[in-house]
Amino acid sequence: MLFQSILFYVFAAIMFMAALGVVFSRNPVHSVMLLVLTFFNAAILWLMAEAEFLAIVLVLVYVGAVMVLFLFVVMMLDVNVEAAKRGVTRYAPLGIGIALLMVFELIQVIWLRSRINETPAGFVATPEGYSNTKALGAVLYTEHVYAFEIAAVILLLAIVAAITLTMRKRPGLKVQNIAAQVAVRSKDRVRIVKMDAEKKQ
Amino acid sequence: MIGLQHYLVVSAMLFVLSLAGIILNRRNLILLLMCIELMLLAVNFNFIAFSRYLGDETGQVFVFFILTVAAAEAAIGLAILVVLFRNRRSIAVQELNTLKG
Repeated sequence: MLFQSILFYVFAAIMFMAALGVVFSRNPVHSVMLLVLTFFNAAILWLMAEAEFLAIVLVLVYVGAVMVLFLFVVMMLDVNVEAAKRGVTRYAPLGIGIALLMVFELIQVIWLRSRINETPAGFVATPEGYSNTKALGAVLYTEHVYAFEIAAVILLLAIVAAITLTMRKRPGLKVQNIAAQVAVRSKDRVRIVKMDAEKKQ
Repeated sequence: MIGLQHYLVVSAMLFVLSLAGIILNRRNLILLLMCIELMLLAVNFNFIAFSRYLGDETGQVFVFFILTVAAAEAAIGLAILVVLFRNRRSIAVQELNTLKG
């Protein structure tokens, strides 16, 4: 149990440091890399909470797909790094003030409330032979099947929106007009002229 | 013993950090999107911790849907970002004043 606690604190500390790096890094590429580290450590913490399926999904979907998308866009856009960081200090008092206020409120909610009621807030022990993936699937495809289908439609919407937003037609591009080509009739193109055969003089 | 409170504290720290990141950063829209992803991660931490605390899988199903919507949001947000950069040659948040909102 002690070993588990030490592991939790180590991974949580790495995650927090990586998140700090995401926010305060000067280079956007470093930010994305540290975000990958953050998500990876979050997946480890979810594994320790015995939410195995979601931990694997986080690594596959987030680290494998979304972060690669971010990296792609960061490297595609030629952003001036030095100019991108000049305006940081102007909003620092406001940002730090709001952050400290939220820290105070959340400490109030989490720690002080837990001091008041003395019940241990451990996790429920899973029974023998419990499979997280199986249990999640059993709930997902029965109770939440409509939400599941709506999620599928949302993903389709995202595909269509992303493609239509980024697609552009260049001016002056030479393309075939297939409909016009198919609709051509021979009488529009060829004129047949009736004339008598010529005789040799 | 690692329990609910530890996960809630980690989640709160992550959330506050990403909120500070959103407020502090006014120059790079990509960083803003990344901070939103971090915020969603913090929320997912809460969902998973309470799901395990109450022994109810519904919270984990919610995390599943949040991940789906967050992936869609990232895709559309990055598409808008690319179009914006193509038009303005800049992704600074402060210069986005076309709508005069």
